[in-house]
Amino acid sequence: MSELERHSYDVLVIGAGGAGLRAAVEAREAGLRVAIICKSLFGKAHTVMAEGGAAASMGNVNDNDNWMVHFRDTMRGGKFLNHYRMAELHAKEAPDRIWELETWGALFDRTKEGKISQRNFGGHEYPRLAHVGDRTGLELIRTMQQKIVALQQKDGAQYASMESNIKVFAELTITDILKENGKVSGAYGYWRETGAEVLFGAPTVIIATGGVGKTFKVTSNSWEGTGDGHALALKAGANLVDMEFLQFHPTGMVWPPSVRGILVTESVRGEGGVLTNSLGERFMFKYIPDVFKSIYADNEAEADRWYEDQDNNRRPPELLPRDEVARAINTEVKAGRGSEHGGVFLDVSKRLSAEVIKKRLPSMWHQFFELAGVDITKEPMEVGPTCHYIMGGVEVEPDTAAAIGVPGLFAAGEVAGGMHGSNRLGGNSLTDLLVFGRRAGIGAAHYVKNNGKNPVSDAAIEAAAQKIQAPFDRAGGENSYALHAELQEVAHSLVGIIRTASELEDAITKIADIRKRSANVSVSGGRKFNPGFHLAFDLDNMLLVAESTAKSALQRQESRGGHTRDDFPGMSNKWRQINHIASFNGTQVNVRGQALPVLPKELFDLFDVHELEKYMTPEEITKGGSI
Amino acid sequence: MARMINLRIWRGDSTDGALQDVVVEANEGEVVLDVIHRVQATQMGDLAVRWNCKAGKCGSCSMEINGKPRLACMTQVAAYGDEETITVTPLRAFPIIKDLVTDVSFNYKKAMEIPAYAHPDDLAPGDARMGQIDVERSQEFRKCIECFLCQDVCHVVRDHEENKKSFAGPRFFIRIAELDMHPLDTLKNRKKTAQEEHGLGMCNITKCCTEVCPEHISITDNAIIAMKERVVDIKYDPVRWLGSKIGKREGIV
Repeated sequence: MSELERHSYDVLVIGAGGAGLRAAVEAREAGLRVAIICKSLFGKAHTVMAEGGAAASMGNVNDNDNWMVHFRDTMRGGKFLNHYRMAELHAKEAPDRIWELETWGALFDRTKEGKISQRNFGGHEYPRLAHVGDRTGLELIRTMQQKIVALQQKDGAQYASMESNIKVFAELTITDILKENGKVSGAYGYWRETGAEVLFGAPTVIIATGGVGKTFKVTSNSWEGTGDGHALALKAGANLVDMEFLQFHPTGMVWPPSVRGILVTESVRGEGGVLTNSLGERFMFKYIPDVFKSIYADNEAEADRWYEDQDNNRRPPELLPRDEVARAINTEVKAGRGSEHGGVFLDVSKRLSAEVIKKRLPSMWHQFFELAGVDITKEPMEVGPTCHYIMGGVEVEPDTAAAIGVPGLFAAGEVAGGMHGSNRLGGNSLTDLLVFGRRAGIGAAHYVKNNGKNPVSDAAIEAAAQKIQAPFDRAGGENSYALHAELQEVAHSLVGIIRTASELEDAITKIADIRKRSANVSVSGGRKFNPGFHLAFDLDNMLLVAESTAKSALQRQESRGGHTRDDFPGMSNKWRQINHIASFNGTQVNVRGQALPVLPKELFDLFDVHELEKYMTPEEITKGGSI
Repeated sequence: MARMINLRIWRGDSTDGALQDVVVEANEGEVVLDVIHRVQATQMGDLAVRWNCKAGKCGSCSMEINGKPRLACMTQVAAYGDEETITVTPLRAFPIIKDLVTDVSFNYKKAMEIPAYAHPDDLAPGDARMGQIDVERSQEFRKCIECFLCQDVCHVVRDHEENKKSFAGPRFFIRIAELDMHPLDTLKNRKKTAQEEHGLGMCNITKCCTEVCPEHISITDNAIIAMKERVVDIKYDPVRWLGSKIGKREGIV
């Protein structure tokens, strides 16, 4: 075998979406040598799919907005299970992160005064989402991709090569995070193009691998969303927090089958789109939960007036947090009031002119026209829930994004847990990426300065190499495509939007069975760009994610945000005090409860106590937060 | 309604390869990428194809379908006749890696050659004020999803490897135009360097790039011609030419 390709860096960033690129920029600007790993080509990460916008309380459209209002909305959206410190940092720093992008060349849509325009979105009290039509994610990723190039050009002027201090390794998969003496020492993986193995020595690894959607049958996620970072972190000894919370976005396409799950942006509702069932009823008025009754309109007239006058009317219920809308659609369809293809109708054609729709929602128009033959300027869309986002993820220290329990390991973006509690508000993800991507970069820079290098041992290399070769050495084993399809079916039908104890138990057994069989996956063909081989590793990651989710979901005996139990339909103030911590012992995932950090007094006092009473126990209310 | 279709797929690598015929099921509403995936899952486990979002937003699944550069995720199977064989081949302008996957690193190298956006030194974050109408010109070009179909179809490089060194291609002409039209960018002479260093002059406006753009960006009219006209203006206007020589005004702004 030819000699192993070896690289040495200060920081290894796994994932080249918003969080990874923002972390890389920060680490490079702190003077470190940085490698960026992406599974796809540079600039294709799932961040490009984000449509609606990035939430930041800049107050450009309504100057009543500020970080405290944003913080409150985020906590409400997450049903108060959020790590308060993450939600606080996010709300405070989001505006600076957006303005910073502008200094790197981003071009957001403008207000009449020439400021960055902001749009309405579910769960946000004021228009808050900075956007570019409905392709905000593309703008974010392109801006940061071009910022990386700018940093490379700067290095090129000073050093021998543009890639001397920051380099993108595209189409490369990491299969192991390596540790020596209990600390991170690097990572091991293979080039997707050739199958050749690569070793990265690095004292810090920032995981920014995004989500897990491909574990499910109907998802808005691309093939990359296979929970790689979640699984890598688990295997490296980190914890995953609250893995039962998955966001089913209420509006995915449902027809034709080929496009089932593809996202229909929440901006359609933000711009005035209404949801109706097969009887023509605007059904969302029936589904306003008690905790939100004071801020959502209970009749059509008021809801419609809100689009013109937000100060004197309550919001339309189509703009409830995503978990509420997804459950409502699910209920309507199950009750037989769904559309022909098992969705409901979303119509924006009656409120906006064709010209305005094409301007504000250009990619939605395009997507429906080209893929479904539907002209959304004239007719309604058929939509239904699709697995979109995981709130759970690597347990981190909020200020530094350091993974708890593994020195040298950091996590930011969707792969990190805590920020969004039990449900994420739309628009909070793009700013989450920026705020915590940057913090992870700073955290890693501090760590490198205080710790220095940590060489990789030959034994670690050998073990990692052995794992990559294994599927080629097995003949006639299981087919990775077939096992993946089986897992998706189990996750979709047993760990999906509505759950019960018996189904979750069934799922845990079935996942364990698939995992056992996956140890016997064999692949046909050679190492060169072989998707069957690639899937074998992705599958292993998805199985660990699914096991964590199913086990956490079985333990949580309540319904909250992105976790709905048919057998425990209510929200319990006792359960709100508990985070679930998943860890891996080498054989299986174990889940235990851990006390949720208590809201400090100064944040507790930002809320009306009567609102907190809906979520907290009387003892917590009496205590009034921690001092 | 499911039906069986004939698919002809190019399989091979940089050393050798050939078209292979397969018969595969296609369901109502499916796109070419769906049937390629079905072939992959059931008949050719190691068939190489790039894709990501499957919604026309990431520009990964670029290939040539019946000879035309297209995104496989946005090409309906139903667009072809019942009896018609659909032939899928890799992008012709780039070196083959395996099957439908090509080495597109040319584009990333060119991206590194375009000078980055230069923000005004005295403009603090949050202080920028721009009119919607002024940002829209650049926004059109920032819709680009980097599928590189325009690069693939451009005859300057499609069959002329030797031109690649001195020609950035349509994708990067719109990148330069985007920066040139950016209301805040402070770097001067972008049009001039487009002409002198990035090969703008080699384009003879056949508009093939505009035709294949899945984002419907008016690459030729709004970027290439717009820049060429300004370059010509300045180069051949005797007063401006003299001005540029005596250093009283910038040659091309």
